[in-house]
Amino acid sequence: MKSWGNFPSLKNQKLVSTKSCNFSDKAKHLAIGLSRSYGDVCLNEDGVLLSNSENSKFISFDAQTGILKAESGVTISEIIKVFLPKGWFPPVVPGTKFVTLGGAIANDIHGKNHHISGTFGNHVKSFALKKSTGEEVICSEKNNKEMFSATISGLGLTGVIVWAEIQLKKVKSSHIDMKSIKFKNLDEFFSLSEAHDKNFEYTVAWLDCVSSGKNFGRGIYMAGNHSENKTNLKASFIEKIPNVLRTVPFFFPSFILNKYTIRIFNALYYNKQFSREINVPIGIDPFFFPLDAVFNWNKIYGKNGFFQFQCVVPESKSKECMKELLKIAVDSGQASFLAVIKKFGNKKSPGLLSFPRRGTTICMDFPNAGKDSVSLMKKLEEVTMNADGALYPAKDALMSELSFKKCFPNWSKFKKYIDPVFSSSFWRRVSGE
Amino acid sequence: MANKSIKKVVCFGATSKIAYETLKKFANDHVEFYLVGRNEEKLSEIKNDLEVRSGKVVKIGICDFSDLNKVQALVGKVKSEFSNFDTCLVCHGFLGEQEKAESDVRYANEIMNINFNSYFILLTEIANYFEEKQSGNICVISSVAGDRGRKSNYVYGTAKGAVSIFCQGLRNRLFDKGVNVLTIKPGFVSTPMTAHLKQGALFVSAETVAKGIYNAILSGKDEVYLPSFWRLIMMLIKGIPEFIFKKLSI
Repeated sequence: MKSWGNFPSLKNQKLVSTKSCNFSDKAKHLAIGLSRSYGDVCLNEDGVLLSNSENSKFISFDAQTGILKAESGVTISEIIKVFLPKGWFPPVVPGTKFVTLGGAIANDIHGKNHHISGTFGNHVKSFALKKSTGEEVICSEKNNKEMFSATISGLGLTGVIVWAEIQLKKVKSSHIDMKSIKFKNLDEFFSLSEAHDKNFEYTVAWLDCVSSGKNFGRGIYMAGNHSENKTNLKASFIEKIPNVLRTVPFFFPSFILNKYTIRIFNALYYNKQFSREINVPIGIDPFFFPLDAVFNWNKIYGKNGFFQFQCVVPESKSKECMKELLKIAVDSGQASFLAVIKKFGNKKSPGLLSFPRRGTTICMDFPNAGKDSVSLMKKLEEVTMNADGALYPAKDALMSELSFKKCFPNWSKFKKYIDPVFSSSFWRRVSGE
Repeated sequence: MANKSIKKVVCFGATSKIAYETLKKFANDHVEFYLVGRNEEKLSEIKNDLEVRSGKVVKIGICDFSDLNKVQALVGKVKSEFSNFDTCLVCHGFLGEQEKAESDVRYANEIMNINFNSYFILLTEIANYFEEKQSGNICVISSVAGDRGRKSNYVYGTAKGAVSIFCQGLRNRLFDKGVNVLTIKPGFVSTPMTAHLKQGALFVSAETVAKGIYNAILSGKDEVYLPSFWRLIMMLIKGIPEFIFKKLSI
């Protein structure tokens, strides 16, 4: 068992279905979903991983209120498949639809609408949490409020989420009206964000993280709203390709992703739109989940895997810090083609260890090239810490105990709600236990 | 052939993984369901799930398919509670242990009852019902195990072979009555039924098989191997002369 980043490689993990688990194993347990987090929050060396994949049925849906009750293994993909045709959409979706409801809660995921809607946890009404004692606790804002807050962003440590009730959002169509604007540098990004974020439910920007000089900080700002018109879009070019041909069949040799191929990709991507601004209708998949179009895309980074760095930095230090982080990435020559930047809003999540907070978030991929990559990641971490920012546990494989405790001052409060037989490799690494 | 319009589906053995995955596909088309199974708790979980997906009320009935006396009464109940259903899926099954079946005739008989005799009763009743209506779709899960007797599971294989032959007969009888009879022959599928077996490269997911079943029902096929390469494999296996086959262990 590995996480999406294929790093770290850990031993002796036993995968057990939550349905059949009676916690008789003396090793530590961890509740997991589809293991789409990048580092070690979903890993548990010498321990038991409790999979919710057999626990994936819908339980009820109220078409008046839009409240969906489902078992925790139901995926965002399945929710969209079933509910989009009925005119409903998940309140928050991450960059991949292959995550479970339980995983979305445990990592308190965010999406392109954070500036309006907050995190996934903001839309959770209640859930049932199975403890190792066998007891099932129903948690909500009213009942067991503390356990509710600890489990949202609780990284699978407080018990197993059996089912959850979430609020779906009403939509009028199955596509997005997108505005896409090229920007030449980060200052331009910030002014675009300032000007447009309030008018669009979803916003994100792609960043070129290899170009320096006059192209430093260029990118494409993308914003969208659910369309009011019910036109049927044709399937995009890539959606017409059979799944088999869209699957990365094996780990690519590491030389395939090098600074030349990445440079070419970035240049092509930046120039994919000729005019500075375009306004087009676009499907749900290409808008929200472009990477899902290539299955197992993580394998292009080779067997050693890759690191994903994501941090958020407070508004006051955003501009300066983002430039510094991007400069470190560009200068390292190690960056890859996946980099995004977005401004978070100030809606507070109920989650104790929730990552999103007001400020600017940036997210970059780096192939794991050993020591050089680790020291690069450490450098980015340091800059983030100096700017009073925070790192995202779901993406992290390296942050120090000190950084974790600084990013998440609620950690000691959270600790009390960890189920006594639960732990994870991530938790042992950052808690110092 | 143009796709059929399917509105009301009865499923026997609805808690089987293959059945559930297939029903999920029909639920997207807002079909109504009547589900029959042995385990009430599992059945009501599936009922809830399909109700959310389809937006329609799902009915359920409990039945142990090894109790043949109850099987006939069951069809009457379904007919009265779920009038005018147009499609029937028969999916229940029990793999059993071959070794135990060799020494314990009662046990072997149970395998035969669940996997063939109950099919025989259900299908006769359903066939007559559809024949009278002059329309309907019958879809039956048989198995590649029924294509040739092998020492490793010939009791289960006998039952499935009988199901396949019975369906051939029904198809022949009903084809000009507007009733389609479809025999599904899945190869190795990863389900709770096969969870104890070592799963090699030939194993496919229940979702994959369900997609094949759904498409075969809609397009009015007769006999389908899933995945389709099993037709070739079974052609080769059936082609081996008996005097050689008896010496093999495959």
